[in-house]
Amino acid sequence: MGRDTLTGSRIRERRIIAGIKQVDLARRVAISASYLNLIEHNRRRIGGKLLLDLAGILDVEPSLLTEGAEATLIAALREAASDPRGKAAELDRAEEFAGRFPGWAYLLADSRQRMATLERTVEALTDRMTHDPHLAASLHEMLTTVTAIRSAASILAEPGEIDPEWQERFHRNIYEDSARLADTSRSLVSYLEAAEDTSSDPSVPQEEVDAIFDAADHHIAELETGEGTPAEVAEHLGSGRSEPARAMLLRSFVRYAADAAKLPLSVLSDVVAETGADPIALAQRCEVDTGLAMRRLASLPSDVLPEPVGLAICDASGSLTYRKPLRNFAMPRFGAGCPLWPLYQALSRPMMLLGQTVEQPGQPAHIFRTFAIASPTGPAQVNREPLFQSHMLIVPQTGSESDQSLPVGTTCRICPRTGCDARREPSILSGRGQIGF
Amino acid sequence: MAKQVLVIEDEPNIIEAISFILLRDGWTVKTHSNGLTAVEAVLERKPDVVILDVMLPGKSGYDILRELRELPETAGLPILMLTARGQTKDRELAERAGVSHFMTKPFSNAEVLDAVHALVAPVGGAT
Repeated sequence: MGRDTLTGSRIRERRIIAGIKQVDLARRVAISASYLNLIEHNRRRIGGKLLLDLAGILDVEPSLLTEGAEATLIAALREAASDPRGKAAELDRAEEFAGRFPGWAYLLADSRQRMATLERTVEALTDRMTHDPHLAASLHEMLTTVTAIRSAASILAEPGEIDPEWQERFHRNIYEDSARLADTSRSLVSYLEAAEDTSSDPSVPQEEVDAIFDAADHHIAELETGEGTPAEVAEHLGSGRSEPARAMLLRSFVRYAADAAKLPLSVLSDVVAETGADPIALAQRCEVDTGLAMRRLASLPSDVLPEPVGLAICDASGSLTYRKPLRNFAMPRFGAGCPLWPLYQALSRPMMLLGQTVEQPGQPAHIFRTFAIASPTGPAQVNREPLFQSHMLIVPQTGSESDQSLPVGTTCRICPRTGCDARREPSILSGRGQIGF
Repeated sequence: MAKQVLVIEDEPNIIEAISFILLRDGWTVKTHSNGLTAVEAVLERKPDVVILDVMLPGKSGYDILRELRELPETAGLPILMLTARGQTKDRELAERAGVSHFMTKPFSNAEVLDAVHALVAPVGGAT
């Protein structure tokens, strides 16, 4: 049943919600109750003044009665039904369902959205447990220290004489190692407690810096206008953060200020108004390097660039040194960087700008245009290999999937893609993404 | 003549404890702390058995182990590997690289001695 043929169902639904009897509503619009009954069962078409009168009494926009629920709600229901777990759902009746039971439909769509968010959280936590270098290093440190204490204590506890010099040495070792163990334990507990709320209190320095940029929406107004020096702004925004995080923040702000000086916001705004989020055009027009153009695009406030772009920067080891996430683009923090393939590909082809459309799984799939380039971090030095870093700008695209796009996932463990040659481990999503399929 | 153990480990207090129990047990003990030069140290000192930590500065114990197994002089050398990571995949990784024995931290002194004895006797032929 089409959307425009369900006007009667919507009138009935709204009347019931409003608590008006059919006969009373019919009387108020000067038609018979039996005729209204035919309308409500979609057996008579309705329009013109009668529609306006009914909408007025039911206190809704006439278009809500004729067009029904929002297209996004219908799309969300279809997305839910397209999931293998929803194979029993009547896909062709999604609109009728939304029209007749909008409350339930919104609840279903919201639940679906919440489920997707929770899956993303599981992904992030899995990612952290698997690849978190801070956690791994702390546990390794603890085990090593415990081993040293156990060995020394065991030697001292064993029967038999021990040379006084050795005895003194092991006592000292136990004292030093126990102090080190206390420090490591305290640090680990703080870290794990902080991990319960990573968004508000990250404890890995890079995460602290990321959080500061996220809070500022990646636009540092004081550095754009020159009202503050990088040191002053870092002191202010880095207040309460760890020493390493403040040092990293200062480096980031020094680069931000230098970028802003080379490509001021006023110039940037004018060019972007003409070319949009196009790093190639921006670099050519303003005669700046492409990495700088990408960084400046990522720093634009929403009044200049309403559709935000994402940015990832990594060093030659693949570690992310800057991370501006984007809605619907799952950007890993540690390892398993499938969505960042172009970023890493660029490292193998330095100085070549790679353009690639990537497609994240979803219904519909989320499409992004990416630009990636690896370039040296500083000026050339005699007989020294340059150190490279790679930039990847992510620009949301509208449109459908394309054969030209690169399918990327989240992490294998929760990626729904089947038939991926790059899959490393099976997906925990039941029956999906098995190796070799 | 006492047989020689080379302990490749970067944690000084673990080196001291292991050295002490091995010396007391009749072994000659040499130590080395740098992953980058560990293979050269083995070739130079020609130990009868090596105790090798996994996480070393400069180069991992797995890489050192692989390199030693590729050299004819050390292809059959008994090597006891120590690691804080005891997952099955770590053990498999060590076995694929050619480890003789694998031990996870925290271990006891007796376990280290038993493992070394199982690989080679302190004096005379192998047990």
